[in-house]
Amino acid sequence: MKTIVTTDAANATPTTSVDEPDPTNYVLRLYVAGTTQRSTRAIVNIKKICEEHLQGHYDLQVIDIYQQPVLAGGEQIIAVPTLIKKLPPLLRRIIGDLSDHDRVLIGLDLKPTR
Amino acid sequence: MKRHDPKTLKRSPPTPVSSLPKAVTGIQGLDEITGGGLPLGRPTLLCGSAGCGKTLLAMEFLVRGAVESGEPGVFMAFEESTGELAANFASLGYDLEGLVARKKLLLDHVTIDRGEIEEAGEYDLEGLFVRLGYAIDSIGAKRVVLDSIEALFSGLSNTAVLRSELRRLFGWLKEKGVTAIVTGERGEHSLTRYGLEEYVADCVILLDHRVEGQMATRRLRIVKYRGSNHGMSEYPFLIDEGGISILANTSVRLKYEACTERVSSGVPDLDAMMGGKGYYRGSSVLVSGTAGSGKTTMVAHFAHAAAARGEPCLWFAFEESSSQIIRNMRSVGIDLEPAVRNGTLQLHAERPSICGLEMHLLTMHRLVNQFRPRVVVVDPVTNFSALGSEAEVKAMLTRLIDFFKVQQVTALFTELTDGAALAEATEVGVSSLMDTWLLLRDVQNGAERNRVLHLLKSRGMAHSNQVREFLLTDHGAELREVYVGLSGDLLTGSARNALEEQEKAQALVRYQETAGKKRDLERKRQAMEAQIAMLRAEFEVDQAEAAVIIDEAEATAQVVAGDRNQMARRRQADPTVLEETPRQPLGKSL
Repeated sequence: MKTIVTTDAANATPTTSVDEPDPTNYVLRLYVAGTTQRSTRAIVNIKKICEEHLQGHYDLQVIDIYQQPVLAGGEQIIAVPTLIKKLPPLLRRIIGDLSDHDRVLIGLDLKPTR
Repeated sequence: MKRHDPKTLKRSPPTPVSSLPKAVTGIQGLDEITGGGLPLGRPTLLCGSAGCGKTLLAMEFLVRGAVESGEPGVFMAFEESTGELAANFASLGYDLEGLVARKKLLLDHVTIDRGEIEEAGEYDLEGLFVRLGYAIDSIGAKRVVLDSIEALFSGLSNTAVLRSELRRLFGWLKEKGVTAIVTGERGEHSLTRYGLEEYVADCVILLDHRVEGQMATRRLRIVKYRGSNHGMSEYPFLIDEGGISILANTSVRLKYEACTERVSSGVPDLDAMMGGKGYYRGSSVLVSGTAGSGKTTMVAHFAHAAAARGEPCLWFAFEESSSQIIRNMRSVGIDLEPAVRNGTLQLHAERPSICGLEMHLLTMHRLVNQFRPRVVVVDPVTNFSALGSEAEVKAMLTRLIDFFKVQQVTALFTELTDGAALAEATEVGVSSLMDTWLLLRDVQNGAERNRVLHLLKSRGMAHSNQVREFLLTDHGAELREVYVGLSGDLLTGSARNALEEQEKAQALVRYQETAGKKRDLERKRQAMEAQIAMLRAEFEVDQAEAAVIIDEAEATAQVVAGDRNQMARRRQADPTVLEETPRQPLGKSL
């Protein structure tokens, strides 16, 4: 498990935290705007979900768009917080403070759609 | 992009200058309607149905702002990609990529794909604010377009959040001090589908694209403009290669200068009917007449004369093609082709049914603004009547006439009148708007129809009230005197010729009578003189005879006197008696 709050655009490129290639490896980016309560809630929520469901095979970066405004454009961020699932394929955006765990799991394809 | 520069638009502000600061749009007509532009530093809502020109107007606002006002702009597109935008606007001659490269413009494409979005908890739209803020700051933008922000509603489901965030966005735009255009799709019962008008309170512009009687007309209306006067009507507008042009008829008022300069009608006989000088420059002339009465020839004379003076002339033909006009006019000796070739005369031939009345008006405005003619021909105006009600056509022509007057363009309109209708009632009811009205009419005499011309009115000048016969010869139109027959009918054509012949014959008879009298008199005079000569000769003979007799008598008298003296001397008579004897010759007293 590795959580990085990046301050540099170059670091935003996905890097896997596990050495061996794993087809089930998750690359996640969480975009937040500053250190609001909502941002903090989202960070806490995603960490909890990752630990519960993806332990050992996920890469999560938290990016503050105030510090990386150019990424807000590049990554098509409108709503914050936005969690982007870059890998595995089928890019998904999960917006909100991630307090609805069921919907987060659906978004991460860890639970079938109702 | 050949357009009005904003300075010329400012020249005649139609509404009193308002204290509200405004951002000049540079869009033809819009600054006139809004009294100087959009509210500076505030958002304006631009709404309308799909395909009515919202994106175009918004982009033109940015491009003109960047190029003409030196204000960089951000275009945030929610519907089209930046590549699509650049390609679409390249066809209008806008080099978006060049402006982007020079940091005059920033295009940002926002995509929201609902299919890849899962909503899991509370969120706000801070991402949009950060993006937009970053874009504005990176080029120092003064103008912003959000096209169309309503796409958010189809991408995100929490409308309560969206609404509060939009309210915040518009407040934030004001804080930023950018002049913004926010576009919105027309709703069924509201201006925009998602009620954006609730948030944008300063200025709301509605675009419309209606089809009436198969004619599509684009219209623009300022629904509201807080703190500013603005035109209230629906203004038609046109989208073409020059962008948007709005027909701002607010600028048309009865305030034009009346010109005293005169221009020849191209027909010397007609000029003579108008004091020898022709029409006033900048006046409107109506040439009405029945079919084939020579209306087009009449205006062709005028166009030809104008082109010969080197004055640019614009001819709107709604019935014949350009080449047909040139050919037909050549048959009456008016060669328009050289003027067309050297560009002095421009012929625009179009069927009136190609578009609606207002589009015609706009097209004419555009062409006049581009070509700047001194003389315009509209042949004929009657064809507009199929495009609208009488009132609409009259309103359109009024605007057209006023526009020409403001431009000091001398305009000739032809009008086809129904032969059966009252000749002096114009079909489209525009005669009262015209300064000069020529009526061409067919008059039937026996087995012939001949043309006559009436100068029904000509404001501001002494003009002939004579009805003239109007002849089309191979060297153009000619006006002749008209004869009135015994029954009071006009005599034209061969009837006039017959009358002329009859008068000639009568004159010959009179001439002959006079000559005979003169000869008689001469004869009498000669006779009289001969008598005088004879009397004188007789007298001279008598006189000569008398002289001879007198001489003889005197000689006799002297002889007698000499004899008496001799006798007296011989008789020694008294000398005094001798002296008393008169010695004068008797013949001298004659």
